[in-house]
Amino acid sequence: MLSAAIDVYEFKDPEKEKRFQELAYELRCPKCQNQNLTDSNAEIAKDLRTKIQQMLEADKSNPEIIDYMVERYGDFVLYKPRVKPQTYLLWYGPALFIILGLISIAWILRGRAKKQANTTAEATELSATQTQQLDDLLHIKKDKKS
Amino acid sequence: MPRLLLFIPLVLFMILGGFLWKGLSIDPRELPSALLDKPFPEFSVTALQQPDRVLTKKDFVGKPVLVNVWATWCPSCRQEHEQLLAIAAQGNLEIIGLNYKDERAAAINWLRQLGDPYQFNIYDEDGMLGLDLGVYGAPETYLLDAQGKIRHRHVGVVTPAAWQEIQAIIKGWDSVKN
Amino acid sequence: MTPEIGEFALIIGLLLSVILAVVPMVGAATRNEMWMSFAKPLALGQFLFMIISFLCLGYAFATDDFSVVYVAQHSNSQMPIQFKLSAIWGGHEGSLLLWALILCGWTFAVSRFSKALPLDMLARVLSIMGMVGTGFISFLLITSSPFARYLPSYPADGADLNPLLQDFGLIVHPPMLYMGYVGFSVAFAFALAALLSGRMDAAWARWSRPWTNIAWSFLGLGITLGSWWAYYELGWGGWWFWDPVENASLMPWLVGTALVHSLAVTEKRGVFKSWTLLLAIFAFSLSLLGTFLVRSGVLTSVHAFASDPERGFFILMLLAITMGGSLTIYALKAPSVKSESSFSWLSREVLLLVNNVFLTVMAVTVLLGTLYPLLIDALGSGKISVGPPYFNAVFVPIMGTMSIAMGISIAVRWRETSQESVIKTLWLPAVVSLVIGLIFPFAYGGGFDFRVFLGMSVSLWVISTVVREFISKFRNATTIKTKLSQLSMSYYGMMVAHIGVAVTAIGITLVSTYSEERDMRMAKGDHVELAGYLFTFEGTKVVKGPNYMADQATIVITEDGQSVTTLHPEKRRYNVKRNMMTEADIDAGLFRDLYVALGEPLNNGEAWAVRVHYKPYVRWLWLGGILMSLGGLLTVFDKRYRKKKTRGRVANA
Repeated sequence: MLSAAIDVYEFKDPEKEKRFQELAYELRCPKCQNQNLTDSNAEIAKDLRTKIQQMLEADKSNPEIIDYMVERYGDFVLYKPRVKPQTYLLWYGPALFIILGLISIAWILRGRAKKQANTTAEATELSATQTQQLDDLLHIKKDKKS
Repeated sequence: MPRLLLFIPLVLFMILGGFLWKGLSIDPRELPSALLDKPFPEFSVTALQQPDRVLTKKDFVGKPVLVNVWATWCPSCRQEHEQLLAIAAQGNLEIIGLNYKDERAAAINWLRQLGDPYQFNIYDEDGMLGLDLGVYGAPETYLLDAQGKIRHRHVGVVTPAAWQEIQAIIKGWDSVKN
Repeated sequence: MTPEIGEFALIIGLLLSVILAVVPMVGAATRNEMWMSFAKPLALGQFLFMIISFLCLGYAFATDDFSVVYVAQHSNSQMPIQFKLSAIWGGHEGSLLLWALILCGWTFAVSRFSKALPLDMLARVLSIMGMVGTGFISFLLITSSPFARYLPSYPADGADLNPLLQDFGLIVHPPMLYMGYVGFSVAFAFALAALLSGRMDAAWARWSRPWTNIAWSFLGLGITLGSWWAYYELGWGGWWFWDPVENASLMPWLVGTALVHSLAVTEKRGVFKSWTLLLAIFAFSLSLLGTFLVRSGVLTSVHAFASDPERGFFILMLLAITMGGSLTIYALKAPSVKSESSFSWLSREVLLLVNNVFLTVMAVTVLLGTLYPLLIDALGSGKISVGPPYFNAVFVPIMGTMSIAMGISIAVRWRETSQESVIKTLWLPAVVSLVIGLIFPFAYGGGFDFRVFLGMSVSLWVISTVVREFISKFRNATTIKTKLSQLSMSYYGMMVAHIGVAVTAIGITLVSTYSEERDMRMAKGDHVELAGYLFTFEGTKVVKGPNYMADQATIVITEDGQSVTTLHPEKRRYNVKRNMMTEADIDAGLFRDLYVALGEPLNNGEAWAVRVHYKPYVRWLWLGGILMSLGGLLTVFDKRYRKKKTRGRVANA
């Protein structure tokens, strides 16, 4: 477990070698703590790598190989979960949250714009003193204390 | 209304906390078989003790059986051997051995020395049947119903507790039938 | 005897932190100055007794006292002394002691360096830190004492530390990381104290800013060191695995980054107070959540601690009290959204809000991805995994978009900026970064690559906008030298940190696109070519380390017939646990690393499995991380924090 998995898979076709690396990177070793097939030295990971190599040499497509693994080991082996109702939150959540965030910024800005229209003069006047405000604040507190 | 918004973080945290609480009682490493409630994969492999006999699924379909994945290189398999012998001695449930990625001579020798709880043994030399079954190590034990469907998988040593769990599942079937 | 002293010191530490948690807080509520003034000496006493306790454990390690269970499980007499000492935090109990020690250290630092703080504020802050301390020290004493003994008989020698941890990385990574995790407790305490006292003014933001920046910088350094350590030590050549343990450290860092920015707005402009308070609570809460995830066993990870549901339960209770309590106070006391200042859509305020949205969503994404398997499992819908392909797919677009906003924010002023002036400032950086980003993949990789184009353009955009803004500062300056000294340290810090982001982004882009690796079977005299370098395997020899034996290979690397370097990767077998470990060897460079790891012997040692990597610009990842943290530290030296302190002294006198 402590040593990196290094073994030799020879491919005639460099394109297949690349696909092999991609697949072994995206599939999880079912027995390990949290490792993909590339990194794991476990017996089962070796078997699965061999199987991937055989399937690639037999001209199977990536989805076919992934389906083969999922049929036997379940969704657990996919480091990239499939998009289905159960994983909608996972896949679409981040985009949704960003949109929500940007909407709330727009909402805050709208509220401010309204207020600004009512009290433009006052706001500018306030801002002139604003830089001083903080230091004054600190002073006042100190005076209270001593 | 804005005041109520300030409670959102608290509510979200309470939901999260509930899941974490639940998480403490779940073992993330315990994997159910992907083949649960699916038929045992087709195969055609030689028997361990009779190298010229070819076994297929037909050899055990028709009654509930336990399929036990074992190998001589697996120390935990030795630990569970007594329990398997005890189950076989009770005679309620047949055990089929799946000798996984092992050496034939060593495996035969093991059974001769420690006793043989198995009806017969499938000799899965290259582990390809194991792969079809979703095995990720030895020992693993599968409970099959009379139709040859996988109904339960136990990973690791078959302890008395694990055996009780298996018996409870079988009892469940009987009560449904009656 | 010393372990008992250590345990005893821990008990006294607990008593002091209980008093610290109660007395000054009551004093602040009843305006009793004497009770409030107990806070400082209590913080000192607490820290002293934790040091004693920690030294006792260190002594047990240094003297090979294997009657102490924790020492026997994590050390061995053959281990070199520096690893014996860093083994103090090599396991759950000791690392928790380090956690508690650092917490008391921060508490003491706040008591020592906050002369300008009004007494009641200081009392509340220290008291809240005392509450956190009470939680953690009692966690240590109740479930995880590192001083438990094997009695009456104990092992003759220790079980040895996991070989992966017998490394320089263990010496530096955990202390840095914990400094960050725990440092956020200061921002947390300030936020709660502000909520309790009702003084959520800009002064509060100014007080907690330096502390937050320091903690954030330490956390960033800790993460950077961890990534570098994993890269050279695990032998896979990877630098980030999106493992739950790594994610546990990334979440508070992301929220901390948002906090650092949001505090700036709150201090300078007095707005977004509620949001800033919430971030301060979350940054620390996520640190605690990380502790829970790493130590409870609810998630599987390559490098989690030995898990124990009882400990998990205890941390979950700590988390529930800390987060539940603070969020309740927040809900009751936080100011509801009120505008006190005005700004238009093209203002620094808005861009910092956008930055906060992106950073928060990133943190939420990490949380979601990390916990999703648990959620699905708890709902009874089976087991799934979420790994690097998911995180990469989601993170890259978010990071890219945020970097664009980063560049714009540089050119935008507080309150309001005209569109024309922004366009005037930014058109040149935009053109320059797009053009170089377009040329780069052709010049470097020999062909167009969309990812490289995007990654490089965005990174260069961040750098060029910073440079453009810096130059524009000198337009009306009399001499460059006076202007340089006029610019504040905060400004320099911001620039350095932003350039750090770009440097890391360049590293990520290039190393993930142009890396090459080969797994080879090599016998003596075999060679392989990778990215123009010729790696020749010259056989192995057996070498003996202090507590291991190793097969050491010699691999000569040449480029165009010129010798580049000779690397000696090892395959080690540690004497005690008998486990094998791959020790990779690396020729590091600013523009590329050559990385060689030794696998298994093949054909009875005639040949070896060898993995060779070519990793361009991988150092930039960590260089960027260091720059970000350096930037954070620079801001602390800003004059306005120092000025405040002197004035405080005068006022007190």
